[in-house]
Amino acid sequence: MKKFLSFLRGLAIFLGLIAALALWAAAPWPVLLALAALIALWMLLTRSGKQAASVAGVGISTLSQRLGSSSVVVIGIAGVVAVLVAMLSMAEGYQQTLRRTGSEDSVIVLRGASAAEVMSTLDLASINVIEQAPGIARSADGRPLASPETVVAANLPIMGGAPDEDGSVQLRGVGDRAWQVRKQVKIVEGRKFETGKREVVVGSGARRQFRGMQVGKQIRLGSEMWTVVGIFKSGDAMDSELWADAEMVASTYRRGASRNSVVAQLTDAKQFKQFKAALAGDPRLQVDTTTTSEYFAKQSETMTTVIRTIGIIVGSIMAIGAVFGALNTMFATVATRAREIATLRAIGFRGFPVVVAVMLETMLLAMLGGLIGGALAWAIFNGYTASTIAGGVGQLTFDFRVTGELLWSGLKWALAIGFIGGLFPALRAATLPVTSALRDS
Amino acid sequence: MKYFHLIWAELMRRKTRTALTLLSIVAAFLLFGLLDGVRESFQQAGNSANGAKRLQTGSRLSFIQPLPMSLNDRIAQVPGVKQVTYANWFGGAYQDPHNQIFSFGVADNYLDLYPEMAVSAAHRKAFAATRTGVLVGEGLMTRFGWKVGQKLPLQSTIFTSSDGTKNWSFDIVGTLAATDKKSGGWFDQMILLHWKYFDDSTPYNRGQVGWYVTEVHDVNQSDRVAKAIDAISANSDHETKTQTEAAATASWMKQMADIGLIVGSIMGAVFFTLVLLTGNTMAQAVRERTSELAVLKTIGFPDRSVLMLVLAESMLLMLIGGVLGVLIASGLGPVVGVMSRGAITVPPIGLNSWSLALALMVGIGLVVGALPAIRAMRLNIVDALAGR
Repeated sequence: MKKFLSFLRGLAIFLGLIAALALWAAAPWPVLLALAALIALWMLLTRSGKQAASVAGVGISTLSQRLGSSSVVVIGIAGVVAVLVAMLSMAEGYQQTLRRTGSEDSVIVLRGASAAEVMSTLDLASINVIEQAPGIARSADGRPLASPETVVAANLPIMGGAPDEDGSVQLRGVGDRAWQVRKQVKIVEGRKFETGKREVVVGSGARRQFRGMQVGKQIRLGSEMWTVVGIFKSGDAMDSELWADAEMVASTYRRGASRNSVVAQLTDAKQFKQFKAALAGDPRLQVDTTTTSEYFAKQSETMTTVIRTIGIIVGSIMAIGAVFGALNTMFATVATRAREIATLRAIGFRGFPVVVAVMLETMLLAMLGGLIGGALAWAIFNGYTASTIAGGVGQLTFDFRVTGELLWSGLKWALAIGFIGGLFPALRAATLPVTSALRDS
Repeated sequence: MKYFHLIWAELMRRKTRTALTLLSIVAAFLLFGLLDGVRESFQQAGNSANGAKRLQTGSRLSFIQPLPMSLNDRIAQVPGVKQVTYANWFGGAYQDPHNQIFSFGVADNYLDLYPEMAVSAAHRKAFAATRTGVLVGEGLMTRFGWKVGQKLPLQSTIFTSSDGTKNWSFDIVGTLAATDKKSGGWFDQMILLHWKYFDDSTPYNRGQVGWYVTEVHDVNQSDRVAKAIDAISANSDHETKTQTEAAATASWMKQMADIGLIVGSIMGAVFFTLVLLTGNTMAQAVRERTSELAVLKTIGFPDRSVLMLVLAESMLLMLIGGVLGVLIASGLGPVVGVMSRGAITVPPIGLNSWSLALALMVGIGLVVGALPAIRAMRLNIVDALAGR
C-alpha cells in the first residue's frame, strides 16, 4: 500500500511536470517575466519566501566549493543549447534568405504545374500576353515592369574541388528590365554585362562557391567562353546566381525564343488577385501565378522542415542526456549537503523553502549554461556560410543566423532542463527524515 | 573475469546514480547511432562495387540538358563497354507539384545494369508487356499506400502528355526492392517508367535522352572508356561529361551541404559533454569508496588489481550504456523514416559504425576511468582507513 501511494505520488509529479513543461514551452516572455517577478516578490515579502531566499543564498555562496560537479551541469546544458541553436540557426538562415528574395507585390508566372522556374517554359506569345496583363507597374518610359527570364543549370568548377569536379549553378538570362524589377540587386564591383555580348555578372555567394569568379577572367559556360565583368550583391537567393544577357544564354543553351518565367512588379500588392484572375481567365495561357514571396516560401518549405526536425530530435536526445547529468549532480549535491539541510529543517525551516532553494540553485546553473551555449553558438555559427542544392538545380548559399529569438528559445530549453534536473533532488532533500539525515555521516 | 562479481557489486552500490549515468550514455550513443548512419551513408553513396563499374554520361553544359539518341549505338561500340542504357528525368509529382518523386523514363535494359534493384520475374515481365506500366520502389508504395495493379495518376513538372496537360496516368505493374540496404533509401523511393512511352507521348522530347549509363568490362579501364565516350562528341553541340557513378554521386552529395562537418561537430559536442558527465560520476564513486578500496588493499589486493578494477568498472558502464544506445538507434531509425513520411531516411547501422562505436566506448571508458583509477591505486592504506 505504501509503495502504491508513493508510486501514485511519483506519477502525479511526473504528469504535473509534463504539464508545466508544455506551459513553459508555449508561454511568451512577458508571462515568464511576470512569473520571475512574482517569485522575487514572494521571496521579499513572505516568511517562507524569506526562508527560501536565505537557504538559496547559502547554497549559492558555497557553489565555489563544488566547482567540479556544478560545472558539469553548466557545461552539459551549454552543449545542448549550443547544438540546438546552431541547428535551428541553419534552418533560420536558409528560410530568411529565401523569404527575403520574394515580396508580396511582385509576381512570378510559370507554365502550369511547374514546381520550379527551371522546369517551366513560356513561349514568346504567352510572354507578350502576360506583359500586357492589368496590374503591372510601369516604368518612367511607360513600359511594363515585367522581366522574362531564362534559367538554366550550368556546370562550373567548384572552389577547392578536384580539377574536373563540377558544381551546379543557376544561370539567369535577363533583359534590361530585370534590374528594375529586382531593385535589391546592386553591382558592387565592375559593371553590368552588355547586351549581345558573352559577359556575365556573378552573385557574391556564387563567387565564394566556384572557381575563376574574378572580374576580367574568362569562364566556360556551355560550350562558349564568357567574360566575368562584374560582381553583384542582393542579400537574398539571387546572390547564388550568375546573370547574363537572355539572348546569349538562350542561344548557348538552345532555348530559342522561349523563356522560363516572367517576373513582374505590381502597382501594389492588392492587384495580385485581379492579375492572377486575368491570366487564369485568358484562354491563350496555361500558367501558374504566385507572388514571389509565396514562391520562395514554398521552395524552402521541405528543407526548412527537415533541418528543424533534425535539430529538435538531436536537441531532445542531448537534452535527455543532460537532464540525467544534472539529476546526478544535484542528487550528489543534496547528498553531500544532507546534514546541512537537515539541520536547517531541525531549527524550523519548512520543506517548501528548501525545495525552492535547491531549485533556484539548479536553475541558476542552468541559466549560466544556457547563456554560455547561446554565446558559443553565436560566436561560432552566426554568419557561417553554408550551401546546398536548392530549387532542384543550383547551389544556394546562405548564412547561419543566430537570432535573438533562437537564443531565447535556447535559454528556455536550458531552464527547462535545469527545472527537471533540480526538482527530484529538491523533493528528496525536503522529504528526507530529519533524524536519519542528522545521524548519517 | 574472476572479479566480475566485485565490479558488478561496485556498479550496483548506488543504483540511482548508476542508472542515471547509464541513461546519459545511452542518450549519447543513441545520437551517435543515428548520426553516424547518416554520415556513413553519405560516404558510401555510389561507392558500391556496382557503382564503380558504371559510368554516367551527361551533357557537359548542364545536367538538365538532353543528349541525342544517336549516341547510344556509338557508345556501345567503344571498346571495353559491356552494355549501355539510358534514362530521362520525368519530374513526376503526386497530387501537388511540390510533392516530387524521383521518376525516370528508362530503356528496356535499364534494370540489367542495376542488380541493386530486385524485381521479381513476374513483375519484370509485366513491366515489359505494359506500355504504361511503372515499377515503384517499396518505400514509396508504403508511403502512399499504393497497390500493384492500380492506376497511378502523376503530374509531370516538366513534360506535357499527349493531351497537352501535365497529367499522366500509369499502371503500377510491380515493385522495386533494394537489395543493398545501404543505398536502399534511394532505390526504395524511385519510379521507373518506359522511356519509349514517355517519348511517344510528349511532344517536347523528340527522341532525346537525359543521360547514358555504361557498364564496363574492367573497372581499371573506366578512365580510358570515359575519355573515349567523351571523345565521340567532342567539339559538337552536345559535348558530354562521363564519370563513374561513384564520383558523380560523391560530388552531388558534396553540394547538398557539408554534412560531414556538421555531423562531426555535433558528435564532438555530444562526446565532450558525455566524457565530462561520466568522468565526474566515476570520480565521485571512487571518492566515496575510499575506505572500501583501502580494505581491499589491506586484504592483499595488489595496486595493479585495484587500478584494473576501477578501469573495468568505467568501461563496463560505458559498454552497457553504449550498446543499449546503438541498439535503440537501430530500432528508432525506421521509425523516424516513417514519421517524417520518407522525408528523412535513416540508414541501418552498419558494421563500420558498430566498430567505431565500440572503440569509442572502450576509449572513453579508459579516459574517464583513468584519473579515479590512478587515485585508487596510489591510495595510502593507513590514511584511507583513518579517513584522512
